[in-house]
Amino acid sequence: MDAPALSRGTFIRLTGALGAGLGLALSFPGCAPSSQSGGKEFSPNAWVRIAPDDTVTVVLNKSEMGQGVATGLPTILADELDASMNHVRTEFAPADPKYGDPGLGGDMITGGSTSIPDSWLPLRHAGATARAMLVAAAAKQWGVDPATCTTREGVVYHQPSNRSASYGSLAATAATLPVPANVPLKTPDKFTLIGKQSRRLDLTGKVNGTTIYGIDVKVPGMVYAAIARSPVFGGRVKSFDATKAKAVPGVTDVVQVSNGVAVVAKNTWAAFQGKNALQIVWDEGPNAKVSTASLFADAERLAKTHQGERIAASRGNPDSISGTVVQAVYRGPFLAHATMEPMNATADVRAGSCEVWAPNQVQLRARAAAAIGSGLPPESCTIHTTYLGGGFGRRLEADYVQEAAEVSKAIKSPVKVMWTREDDIQHDFYRPMSLNVVRGVLSGGDVTALTHQVVQKSWYRDWWPQLVKNGIDPGAMEEVTDAPYAIPNFRATYIDHDHGITAGSWRAPNANWNCFVTESFVDELAHTAGKDPLAFRLALLKHNPRAANLLTLAAQKAGWGRKQQAGVAQGLAVTFWNGSYGAIVADVSMQDKMLKVHRVVAAVDCGTAVNPDIVVQQAQSATNFGLSAALTGKITIKNGRVEQNNFYDYTVLHMADAPSIEVHVVPSTAAPTGIGEVCTPPIAPAVGNAIFVLTGKRVRQLPFNDALA
Amino acid sequence: MVSITVNGTSHDVDVPDEMPLLWVVRDELGMTGTKFGCGVAQCGACTMHVDGVATRTCVLPVSQAVGKQIRTIESLSTDNSHPVQKAWIAEGVPQCGYCQSGQIMAAAALLQKTKKPTDDQITQAMTNICRCGTYDRIRSAIHRAAGET
Repeated sequence: MDAPALSRGTFIRLTGALGAGLGLALSFPGCAPSSQSGGKEFSPNAWVRIAPDDTVTVVLNKSEMGQGVATGLPTILADELDASMNHVRTEFAPADPKYGDPGLGGDMITGGSTSIPDSWLPLRHAGATARAMLVAAAAKQWGVDPATCTTREGVVYHQPSNRSASYGSLAATAATLPVPANVPLKTPDKFTLIGKQSRRLDLTGKVNGTTIYGIDVKVPGMVYAAIARSPVFGGRVKSFDATKAKAVPGVTDVVQVSNGVAVVAKNTWAAFQGKNALQIVWDEGPNAKVSTASLFADAERLAKTHQGERIAASRGNPDSISGTVVQAVYRGPFLAHATMEPMNATADVRAGSCEVWAPNQVQLRARAAAAIGSGLPPESCTIHTTYLGGGFGRRLEADYVQEAAEVSKAIKSPVKVMWTREDDIQHDFYRPMSLNVVRGVLSGGDVTALTHQVVQKSWYRDWWPQLVKNGIDPGAMEEVTDAPYAIPNFRATYIDHDHGITAGSWRAPNANWNCFVTESFVDELAHTAGKDPLAFRLALLKHNPRAANLLTLAAQKAGWGRKQQAGVAQGLAVTFWNGSYGAIVADVSMQDKMLKVHRVVAAVDCGTAVNPDIVVQQAQSATNFGLSAALTGKITIKNGRVEQNNFYDYTVLHMADAPSIEVHVVPSTAAPTGIGEVCTPPIAPAVGNAIFVLTGKRVRQLPFNDALA
Repeated sequence: MVSITVNGTSHDVDVPDEMPLLWVVRDELGMTGTKFGCGVAQCGACTMHVDGVATRTCVLPVSQAVGKQIRTIESLSTDNSHPVQKAWIAEGVPQCGYCQSGQIMAAAALLQKTKKPTDDQITQAMTNICRCGTYDRIRSAIHRAAGET
């Protein structure tokens, strides 16, 4: 299907089109009773089915990767349906455009913290419509006015006659009724689950090992495969010798695929051993000499020569303002995602069909990848989405799906392609490195001008080209063009630093880096002006009370301005991410160059908190994810290869370094915005700003542990 | 042929001696509750109890597990009634959940040895990686489970 033209923004909802999109989302494709259940199941739309045994099955067009959609989306629908959460089951939607998100151009994408906001109205309408039909069914059976019926926890009541009927018992009748239009929605004061339901629906399987992730899929007759991919970005197989690989016990086959050489075996271990035994000669291609140093030298040349520079935002005349000039250059590293579950997919390609089981965030793109891999049309490919052992944007790519389909086609057998951790670290779509040049002017203690030049590879160029306008990648300019501050003379420019290192979405792209620049540099300006960083920011946020109030809340809860313990300093930062605000205050100490983050206070404003405890979970999770990268995260390149291998040299946050994180959620009845990412961007600058207070050293390069060594 | 005892049941498996216990249990015995995360004993997703000791089985040759009592997440309880599982649910620990089998097995082993662990003891024992960053809640859940045992 053609995606509607999108005007701006990373994962921007088509705010104006959301209403229009409703018609699309609520076209009730499944309005006929399900034939499989002999007409007894009630399926008024694509999102919900009610079985005679009262089970309410909510169909999720979003992937569960820890962020809680498998609880959040059913909560929204069940509230309007007046269902009991005890009856709710979930299943993941197939790859089908009817499950596309109108807010994301009709694509099936779990990303950008859009699941709850984009599902908010469609799922409420779906639930309310189903409820109205169940009420109509009961009223018809009882011969009463539907308006005299009430509903609660999966039961229709007619109190005047003291009658009641469970939803399941009404399913068959409801399925015969016409689907009503324009069923009114609840007012927020009538919500019974939204804002209250905190317990996740997916806990049971996640504490006893029964939850099925991609790695756990088992298909009859399935074999296992591991793929050796070019160590150099963009390299290709020149020749290979499989003799030693085939000698490994358990190895059954070795086949070349477009991405490398696949070793097929009776179990995962044998496949890994066989892969290690392969002898491959690579054509290393044009990136064989690329290194982190050469890439930054290129970026600096681009920045100085302004080659290909585009103006992304401009107001006033920042070049003509006089005053105290502050200039700085910030350098951000590549980052890997390192989801706990390494990439994998299972495929079964047969004559005329391709079935895939994969932990993925992009069902339609996974289907397209399966089609390429199998050589079949997309309509012949089926995608089963499993639970995801983490996503963080990595699974917005479907490279592993194509691989599995290719191998299955080649060996004519169902196969699971399993990545090692080394494969995962070295063949990622990385958060791109970035060079940011900032220049501010202070006059009379106020910021009167700011310019911000971003040199960063565009990953949207390949991933979502419709969003790149005039060569400007909106993702690369997050937290630059839309930083929350009002500065009268401002210019943001972008240079697409095209290079051969694969780049992609990484939790809060790419505010995850740009916010470090913006919020560290605002801090630099505050200190240069001799002002308190909180007061300085609040003066720049007079036009934005939501951001100002949130920052004030975080500061108050953290005891900003109070005398700290000896050796401890506080830093703060605020961000705006896709409709939500997040503010963080970090308590930091440095001893013998050892950085320690003791405590974090996070405040978030995400509109209605559908599941309050999941909001807290996500604020904590996003903070730790950002902190992990800020402390030690970096991928470096040498001779066109990633230098890191596994968790011993791409180190991530452990419990010993994880701070206590106190979360404050602003009470709100506004429509919900996202929560999965907003706390990732502000943690690094909050820590960096505290480091400046402690040491007088302004860190302009991450990770901190390198910069402070 | 190697003979191992997993969750009280003896299994004969035709695998090389050096094959890690993790892959024997997952691919040969079909018990997938224990996860693969790194293959180099760094992340702890593969934690099982070997004679009661929390062990990273992605690097443990199956031959070294012969004659030992191996316990996996599947053996903890059938109804989530183990104190650690109950505490994990009460504190709302899991997010993606992938690392939690290993975290829970590590916590259960810790509580076997140390009935009321201090924060420092928890930090020392719990070195498993969680990319969702559930560490705060893991700590709270261990304290909660310690209170119930």
